[in-house]
Formats: sequence, C-alpha cells, structure tokens
Amino acid sequence: MTNLTDLTLTGIRDGVAGGDFTATEVAGAFNAAVAEAQEALNAFIVTTPEAALAAAAKVDADRAAGKPLGKLAGVPIGMKDLFATKGVQTTAASKILEGFKPEYESTVSQKLWDAGAGLLGKLNLDQFAMGSSNESSAYGKVTSPWRRPNDTSALAPGGSSGGSSAAVAARIVPAATGTDTGGSIRQPAAFTGISGIKPTYGRCSRWGIVAFASSLDQAGPMAHTVQDCAVMLEAMAGFDAKDATSLDLPVPNWEAALSGDLKGKKVGIPREYRLEGLNAEVAKSWDDGIAWLKDAGAEVVDISLPHSKYALATYYIIAPAEASSNLARYDGVRYGLRDLPDGANLQEMYAATRAAGFGDEVKRRILIGTYVLSAGFYDAYYTQAQKVRTLIARDFEEAFKQVDVILAPTAPTSAFALGEKTNPLDMYLGDVFSVPASLAGLPAMSVPAGLDSQGLPLGLQIIGRPFDEQGVLNAGLAIEQRAGFSAKPTKWW
Amino acid sequence: MSDYRIQGATGEWEVVIGLEVHAQVTSNAKLFSGSATAFGAEPNSQVSLIDAAMPGMLPVPNMECIRQAVRTGIAIGAQINKWSRFDRKNYFYADLPQGYQISQLYHPIVGEGEIEITLDEKNPETSKKVIGVERIHVEQDAGKLMHDQHPTMSYVDLNRSGVALMEIVSRPDMRSPAEAGAYLSKLRSILRYVGSCDGNMDQGSMRADVNVSVRRPGDEFGTRTETKNVNSVRFVMAVVESEAKRQVALIEDGGKVVQETRLYDPDRNETRSMRSKEDAHDYRYFPDPDLLPLVLDDAFVEEARASLPELPDAKRARYEGALGLTAYAAGVLTAEVDTARWFEALLAATATAQNKPEGEVAKQASNWLLSEFFGALNKLGKDLASSPITPEGAGQLLALVGNGTISGSIAKQVLEKMLETGDDAATIVEREGLKQTSDTGAIEAAVATIMANNADKVEQYKAGKEALFGFFVGQTMKAMAGKANPQIVNELVKKALA
Repeated sequence: MTNLTDLTLTGIRDGVAGGDFTATEVAGAFNAAVAEAQEALNAFIVTTPEAALAAAAKVDADRAAGKPLGKLAGVPIGMKDLFATKGVQTTAASKILEGFKPEYESTVSQKLWDAGAGLLGKLNLDQFAMGSSNESSAYGKVTSPWRRPNDTSALAPGGSSGGSSAAVAARIVPAATGTDTGGSIRQPAAFTGISGIKPTYGRCSRWGIVAFASSLDQAGPMAHTVQDCAVMLEAMAGFDAKDATSLDLPVPNWEAALSGDLKGKKVGIPREYRLEGLNAEVAKSWDDGIAWLKDAGAEVVDISLPHSKYALATYYIIAPAEASSNLARYDGVRYGLRDLPDGANLQEMYAATRAAGFGDEVKRRILIGTYVLSAGFYDAYYTQAQKVRTLIARDFEEAFKQVDVILAPTAPTSAFALGEKTNPLDMYLGDVFSVPASLAGLPAMSVPAGLDSQGLPLGLQIIGRPFDEQGVLNAGLAIEQRAGFSAKPTKWW
Repeated sequence: MSDYRIQGATGEWEVVIGLEVHAQVTSNAKLFSGSATAFGAEPNSQVSLIDAAMPGMLPVPNMECIRQAVRTGIAIGAQINKWSRFDRKNYFYADLPQGYQISQLYHPIVGEGEIEITLDEKNPETSKKVIGVERIHVEQDAGKLMHDQHPTMSYVDLNRSGVALMEIVSRPDMRSPAEAGAYLSKLRSILRYVGSCDGNMDQGSMRADVNVSVRRPGDEFGTRTETKNVNSVRFVMAVVESEAKRQVALIEDGGKVVQETRLYDPDRNETRSMRSKEDAHDYRYFPDPDLLPLVLDDAFVEEARASLPELPDAKRARYEGALGLTAYAAGVLTAEVDTARWFEALLAATATAQNKPEGEVAKQASNWLLSEFFGALNKLGKDLASSPITPEGAGQLLALVGNGTISGSIAKQVLEKMLETGDDAATIVEREGLKQTSDTGAIEAAVATIMANNADKVEQYKAGKEALFGFFVGQTMKAMAGKANPQIVNELVKKALA
C-alpha cells in the first residue's frame, strides 16, 4: 500500500474519492506521523488527533452514503495557531493567550471544515506572527526537518508560518494554513522546499484570525504542489460580510484552469531586486527561473520598481504601527493571561500582564509602533510611510501595464541556523523581497526552485496583478514542471 | 450680541462657550457589531464577540447608524461628506475592550452646519442667534465601570461598549449660560424630530462636554477648560456660570487658567480638575486598517434627505403663517416633537369633528392645549406622553364647544371629569346634563327674576355704573347652572337693561 503521508493533498482527495483508501486511514497515518515528530520538530502547539479522525469518519460515512464530497474531503491539515478554532486552544504562540479557547471558528477554518478537511492540530508560529524564523514562539522554536549534509545543527523553518512549513516539509501534514503579512507564507515555504501562496488582500476573510497588521494580513495555503495550493485556496477564499475589507468577488475554479503553458505571457524581472551583494546561488536560481519561464513560452521583460528600496522601511513602520494598536486588547481584563500583583491598580495590572505575556519581539514591535504613531512623529513616520506605500503600489501598477507576472527570489538566502541571527535588523532584512507585494496587496507565491550548495531549498517568487491568482499559479506551475524539485528532508526524527 | 457679563473686581468679563455633544444614535444595533442597544438591560447581556474585542474580531459599519448621522447633518443644513474615514483613538481603560475607540478625527462624515436658537420665546424675532456647528462625526461609546459591586474590585459592563454616538461639535459661538442652554435644547429638539437620538440626558443617551473660557469683551479668546459629561441642560448652564466665575476669580487673583479637563459636581455646583494638558493622553490616532473609507453615493444621501420630517423651524413658521398662531404659541408647540405631534393630532380631530378646515380651528386647539390642558395635566403630575386623554378625545370636546353644545366654562368641568373617569366628552355632557341651553324663554325668565331681585343695582347701572353689566350676566349664568348660551345671555341682559 502507498505510504499515505507521502501523498499530496490532491492525491489524498482523489484516493479517498476513488476508494483507494479511507479518510480514516489517512487521518490515522498523519496522526501517527505528527506524534512521532512532535518532540523533535515542535511543529505543533496542540495536536487534535480526535478532531482529525472525527472529520475523516464523517467523510467516510458521507462517501458510503453516496453524498457529494467537498473539495478537501478526507484531507487532514494543520492550522496555524493564529486562526481561532472553536473549543481548541488558540494562542498566536503567545503566553498572553495561553489556555484561550475561542467560542468561535474563524471564517477560513470553517470553510476548510465545510470542504471536508480535518484538524490535525494547531501549528507553531512566531509569536503573533512576528518573526522570520519561528524563534519568537512562547511555545518553543520549531526545528526545520531539513539539515545540511553531515551537520546536525538545527535550521530555521522560516517564519512566521514556521510550524506550517516544517510540518508540510516533514510530511506530517499534507497541507497547512499560513498567514502572510510581510512574507510569512512565502519565506518559510522557500526555506523548506514547499509551495505557498498569499492571495490578493481581501481574498480570504480575516475574521477570526488573530490580527497582526490588519492592512497586510492575508491567509493562504502551504502545500507540496501548485495544484494543492490552488485547490486549498479555493476552499479558503470567498467574500465574508463579517470582514469589511473582504473582496466581494466570486472564487474562480483555479484548479481547473491550471496551465503551465505561458505562451503570450510576459514576465517582468525587476532590476531593483538585483541587490548589490545578492547571494550568487540565489541569483543563479533566479536565472534558472527566467530560463524555465522562457521555456514555457513566456517573454521576459526587464522592468523597474523604483521605490523597492524603501519597501522594508515602509513595512517596518506600518506593520508595527497597526500591531501596537491591534495588540492593545490583550490587557488581562477579559481573557487570557492576567498578572495582578498584590495591591496593583489597573495600570499596574496592564503593565504586569503585558510584561509577562508578550515576548521580546512582540514588545519591540509594540514599542516601534507606539513610537511612530506618537504626536510629533506621526507625520514623519506613519504618514510618510503611507505615501511611500502608495508609490510602491503604483510601481507595480505601472509594471503590470507591461507584464503579466513578476519573477523574483522569495528570500535573499536559504534557511539559516536557529540562533544564528541575533540582531533583529538582520532578521528584518530577510524580508526584502517579500514585503513589496504585501504592501501592494498583490497575490504572490513561492515555489521550490532547487537546492543550493548546502543542500538546502531555494524558492522563487511570482507576483501577480490584483485578483490574478490564476496567473500566479500558472507561472508557479510552469516553474514546478521544469524545476523537477523532488528533494525531501531525510528523516532524522 | 449677548450682554451677559461676569462682574469681576477689575471690571467686566465675557464668557465664550463651545459644546461637544455626544448623542447616542437611535438604532437597534451597535455601530460595528450586531448587538442590541436597549437601555437598562442586565449587565453584559448585550455584548457580542466584537464588543468584547475577542481575538480576530472585526468591525463592520452599521449603515443605519451612518444614515442617522447623515440625516442629522442634513437637518442642521450641514455639508455631508461622501468620503469619510474611521480612525482609531488609542488608550487603555477597562471599559474600552479594544484598547482603542473607533472614531473619525481626520475626515468626519458631516461638516459645517448651523443651529438657530431663540433666547426669548415671547420675543422670538429679536432674540434669535445662529450657532455654528463645526462637524458631526460618528464613534463608538465605551462600556461602563461599576465600583459599587465589590469592596476592592471594579466590575465592567460592556452593554454600552460599541454603541454608536454622534459627536456634534459647536463653534465657540455662545456667550452666556442662556445661549448654551438654548443651543442644547434646540439641538435636542432637532435630534428628536429627526429621530436620530432620543435625547434622554438622564439616561445618558445625550451628554455634553462644555468648553468655557473668559476674556475682556472683544479681546482674543482666553484659555479654555473642558468640563466632561454634563447630563442636563440645567447643569450645562450651571457649569458655564460657575466655571466662568472661577476663571475670572483666578485671573483677577493673578493666576492663569490652565487647559484641562474638569468634572462637574452638581451637589456643590462647582467644577474640579480631572487632568491637565500635561498628563493628557497621546491618543496616537491613525486610520483604522480594519475599515475601508466610508463612501456614500448620491442616492444614499437623497434617501436620507427625503426621509426627514418637517423640522422645528419650518413647523414653527407654518404654525405662525398658515395656522395663524402667535409666535409664542408656535414656539411652545414646536419646541418638542412630541408636543407638535399631539397638537397636530388634536388639530386634525378638532377640524374633522366640526367639519371645518384646520386653519379655522387652530387657535381654538392651540389656546385650549396651552392654557387648559397643560395646566390640568400638570395638576395630575402627568404629561402628554402619559395623558389619559387622546388627541381624538380632546378634539371631540373642543367640537362640543365649537358647535355650541357646551360653553367654555362647562368644557373645563367636562375635561376634569374626562381625566377622572376616562369617559368621552359626549357621554359626560349627556350624563351630567351639561348641555348648553339656547332656550330664550327660560333665560328671559331668569333675567327677569334677577332684575326684580336687584332693583337697586338696576338703578345704579342706569345711572351710569356700566361695570355692573357683568354682575347681571354672572347671576344669570349662575341661575342657569352655567348651561345658558353666553351670547344669548348677553343679548337678553342688554335688552332687559335698555
């Protein structure tokens, strides 16, 4: 019999639908894989084997009864612990929400359950999705399943969706949800040799997702293949009246329209992304990508995104500003952690609760955000950043008059070791290629492009026009078909 | 225009007043959540996940609240901003679950408008003044802390958390307590006409922040203080007076007014400092990223405009013009929408019962309402809302007077009986035999008897003491038990004395 945990999402879906195996068998196999890997990888904050089995049993019963099956029938998934899941602890990887069990289900997770998916557990992440290495979690770092050859040092799975990327790459989940604020789907996907797409801002409802930076946060799928991403995104996306920024557009059948044939398409190569000192292997991988897309029939065009160099600074003003306000609700009054020292007044309770509940990176961003919104600094930082954000979006608008998609590296390096980056600024610099698309609200995905000389995965990023997830997925597919990426981490856990 | 002055030791001072009024929007649901908004519900029974700011919850604008703000703006002749935006005002407090209030600092939904006040209802034409309104924006209310539930802890009630408020900001155009009072009353009247706020200040659904400064007449504005959450018209006037006097005394003693937030203590009729500008919050306002800019189309604004009822100024003009009422009566009848509604129902009923146009019975209805009915209700400690008599019932009573069935003085008795028993006017008149008589024979007989019994007074009258005419009329009415038609009595007395 096939090794069920090696299957793709679509492989499981088709196998369950075709009766090759049952959803219950699949859930059982992944539950076992999750349990076996948990100690070594720490990909999950909580596991929910019963929930996975219950969802599977329902799918099996529906199938037996001849009822129609959902898009994800029989597929167990991991859920980034930023999505509220009813009755299941939801922490955003922070102490401040330890033990918090929502009375509600996020829109995206509910849509996934409605499509027949089951919950294997809540995946670890950088605390409040702030970080690029999954080291800021209050529930321990996630270790990437990847290792350099003959080297046992623990590597970062990327972040903030590091539990998601590690779990998919380790084949302990076939797919997982991620969220992307400045690259938190794409960068971990690139670090672990999987695919992930951040759709157009507004495609996926933010209702029930713990907010980091509201104007940037977007949910998306992380999985083995472009097709898997297309299928899962179809299940996640859709208008939601409960989110005022939700896009009121029908969800296309992306899977049905997948095509790696790019004849007549133009691919832009932004010259500003050729940073001085760009890692040679990353540059080579980018060149490979260009060659593959040409091979797929696309015309390659040199383009300019002149304000790219300001994107990182802009992002690190806007995102913390929004976060400093979004995280004000964690005050110890209504839920989550409350630290009430003897005789403390309200202000002292706030201070004690937030000091004990938030990790260093979260505190750092709250401080930055509070600072840039303060009287006297607001115009110089926040207002200015908003103006630059508009210019960055305009760069893309101009570029998309000439080209259909843009190709760039996902991240400036392959995975680094846990503990290697001690200066927060070094960590922030790793987001240089991913934040521009976030600031412009554009769909962008990372697909595996190959291994570097250390044997670690590199990803390529495709950025598309607003609402053109199809164009992004198709270019991703063209790369996937030509890169022939089949490397897997060697199981060491 | 106002000659209100504070007499200081060093001379006269003028007071400058601006009001920021928070008016709770009449709506079944809160501004950004679906929760109900009833007053007086069990603590924390009207709280959604959004109002409690649970993780991942998002605000969605309630367009009915927006519509009410637009209607209010149109009612004060203000510019409606078809593009407005919500901002977050960030601060920590236990009654503010999100850690920020969603408000509109930079781009309010309603711009410049104005409200005309009348300072003396008896002389409306010469006592009018226009007060500018700078803006109206919509925002969330906070919850409420309860300090009396536990010896060492405070409890939080989030029922009010997220309820929609309109903040109506005046220009510093008022110059006396009376002007401030008149402005607030007029604003409340407009809100009630529009139906965008119930105006119940005692329930907290309308409250005012009172900005006061003093200056030598004609000088530049002085430094102002802001007294928060004043909850009656009377208290607003008291705040203006006591705060202006405090500032004058302070300045004349060589001190300086500091810009600060103050609280009013009605028991001691004084304001006291709450916090100064130095320890004021930095609210870190910024556009709420959970919400898109609020864009209204022409159809939305036009629907809001078309939905407005006749407003107090227009109604008042119509009462004076088409109905021919005095300026005073028109002013009193239109000041509160409930009074105007009652009057109009009474007018319609009176006209119908007598089969006359409204214009012909308007004075009768207005006089009766203002001089008879309000007094009678007052005696019973009731008002129009709790009146046991409906406008239709009152209209029938007035018709009985109008068609000569009963006299005006009998009508007073009938009204009392109506209030006592709840029976209708015709039944009472019938039962008590109060019908007016126009039987000239009976009246002539009564007049003759009176003349005979008062021969001395007849002599005096004929000698020129004409004031005695009223005496004979009164005696005749008395003899007729008040039921004689007064006009016929007049004629017959005159004839008998001729």
